[in-house]
Amino acid sequence: MINYILRRILNMIPTLILISMFSFFIIQAPPGDMLTSKLAQWAEQGEMGSGGAVEQMEALRERYGLNDPVYVQYLRWIGNIIFHLDFGESFTYELDVIILLKDRLGLTLILTLTTLFFTWLIAIPIGIYSATRPYTFGDYSFTLLGFIGLATPSFLFALIIMFMQIVVFDTESVGGLLSPEFIGAPWSIEKFGDLLKHIWVPIIVIGAAGTATVMRIMRGNLMDTLNQQHIQTGRAKGLKERVVIYKYAVRIAINPLISRVGIEMPNLLSGTVVTGIVLGLPTAGPLFLTALISQDMHLAGAFLLLSATFLLIGNLMADIALAWLDPRIRYD
Amino acid sequence: MIKGSDKNNSPPQPSLDSTVAGKTETTVTYSHRKLIWRRFKKHKIGIAGGYVVIFLCLCFLFAEFLSPHNISTRYFHYTYLPPQGIHFFSPDGFQIRPFVYGIKSSLESQTGIKKHTEDATKKYPLHFFVRGDTYSFYGLFKSDLHLFGTGLGNPLFLMGTDRFGRDLFSRLLVGGRVSFTVGLLAVFISIALGSSLGVISGYYGGRIDNIIQRIIELIYAFPQIPILMALSALLPPEWPSYLTFMGIVTVLSFIGWGSLAREIRGKSLSIRDSDFILAARVSGAKDRRIIFNHLLPSMFSHIIVISTLAIPGFILAESTLSFLGLGIKAPMTSWGLLLSEAMNLHSLSLYPWLLAPGACIIIAVLAFNFLGDGLRDATAPFSDS
Repeated sequence: MINYILRRILNMIPTLILISMFSFFIIQAPPGDMLTSKLAQWAEQGEMGSGGAVEQMEALRERYGLNDPVYVQYLRWIGNIIFHLDFGESFTYELDVIILLKDRLGLTLILTLTTLFFTWLIAIPIGIYSATRPYTFGDYSFTLLGFIGLATPSFLFALIIMFMQIVVFDTESVGGLLSPEFIGAPWSIEKFGDLLKHIWVPIIVIGAAGTATVMRIMRGNLMDTLNQQHIQTGRAKGLKERVVIYKYAVRIAINPLISRVGIEMPNLLSGTVVTGIVLGLPTAGPLFLTALISQDMHLAGAFLLLSATFLLIGNLMADIALAWLDPRIRYD
Repeated sequence: MIKGSDKNNSPPQPSLDSTVAGKTETTVTYSHRKLIWRRFKKHKIGIAGGYVVIFLCLCFLFAEFLSPHNISTRYFHYTYLPPQGIHFFSPDGFQIRPFVYGIKSSLESQTGIKKHTEDATKKYPLHFFVRGDTYSFYGLFKSDLHLFGTGLGNPLFLMGTDRFGRDLFSRLLVGGRVSFTVGLLAVFISIALGSSLGVISGYYGGRIDNIIQRIIELIYAFPQIPILMALSALLPPEWPSYLTFMGIVTVLSFIGWGSLAREIRGKSLSIRDSDFILAARVSGAKDRRIIFNHLLPSMFSHIIVISTLAIPGFILAESTLSFLGLGIKAPMTSWGLLLSEAMNLHSLSLYPWLLAPGACIIIAVLAFNFLGDGLRDATAPFSDS
């Protein structure tokens, strides 16, 4: 087992290198470099006479190593990240990228994982319900809901929920994670309650599509499993239907869903980014969008790199969990 | 029937089973294609999806003819007008020709919000085949004929107007054309790229396969929407809208081809070792011939199914990008771009009809999904047993 985990981790390294190269490509891709944008900024603010600007620019360029060949720049960039956790500087905020991203990325991941948890928690029982009562009214309703959930882009779903909150329920504070009076306040029971009042919206919005997918897979898997002979044998032996389903069928049908975690995670993360922007959450999404629009590429690149790394780790965890739970999987 | 299903993996070919047919005269043999069609016709929801897709395509093809107004005409008197009702009854009683009432607008002095009320004294009858704004029909000819309308400059806003007083119904039709075209073009490019690379990957295996799989892995290592956002943000902002449109299509297909290539690779792996490929190879056919004359034709139905099922993903991705301001640019419009006007709470609560494009997205995506599911069930072997 340890051998398997180690080999999986070693396998990740080339992918990680490719991911970092691609992120660096995105950073480098816009015409000009970070100093071009800075120059434009300075010119706008009129901070510098036109004569001194060029010389000073050249000095800065030398200092930041922007005259070096691309691969040297890449190595310096990735080296700083690995050894100093230094992702460069955001020129719009004039702060280290890591300072800007730290809290927001943390919240993004927490939101993604919470949604993941709820998605599975809701989708699996629905899948079991549908598979054990196929082609009934309940099954058809869930299938229809699932189709609609898959057809609704998350930003639209967020808009619809906000619309319902305003028009139908007349909620006072729509969007965000906290009511205005609690932002910046120390943590208390009231603040936590307020958080709970807000957080269900993003969780539902982000989780809708995933729930629909997982529910359909669970239904299909379980129906296939229920057709197998060992289930028939169990029933013939006179086992209770509940035992047949939960002890024999569900345990087999649920295995593919574990590796599904790795497939669903990128979608959930995408959903978190979009939903964060629409609902105005303090997640990485809005920051990423403004970074892209203002061509603050160090910030955007760092977000891409970190989210891809997170997904890789998530995939690794899913694989390990599967190997651990499913004795049929050989890991040598 | 079973005979036909058996041959599912082989290319459509003229009936080989004349011997079978000869023995029992009542037996009718169907070609592979006919079998699929018969099975598809039994799939009610798939058929319904197909009709909706065809209907939408026709609507978008003749978008200018069907829309009462030019999408850029701004009716400043009618900004944020709610959807207008079409009436048959007036105080004078029933009339066979439908009409809309005129609009009286007043500015609320306290809030500065324009209020529109129906002006029952003015009636604008609805006519078919009226003259209205001139448009150019795909550069072929100019026309000012519209399917219905109340005449040039008169109000007819079936789904209300936006902040500039532009007709939402017309914009919905023209925007739908953009959303559809993006989806169809992106799927076309992705499938061309995905099927060639997928077939190469699956057929040759080995090193080429490894490299292609690594590239796909790299693309899908990133969460999809953020990487699409990053790539479309790289499109130069000074590009005119048609170049941005092409850019968005390119970005979408650049990300989208991977999953198609994966599926096609899997399929070609399974077909590669089947008997008819072996037979071709033994008879001395070259790789090229095997791929183009045997492998690809036998996967044709599969390719159609996965491309149909891929279209909704592209439509959703385009709408998300345009909604976030990183996609289609004005003066073009698309469903996502139209929805971006409803992004703030103020518009959502006061002008809820701006959400109408969302309904269109859901309907279009559902239709493509149902159609794709129907096609998949029809082409899957033994699905009717």
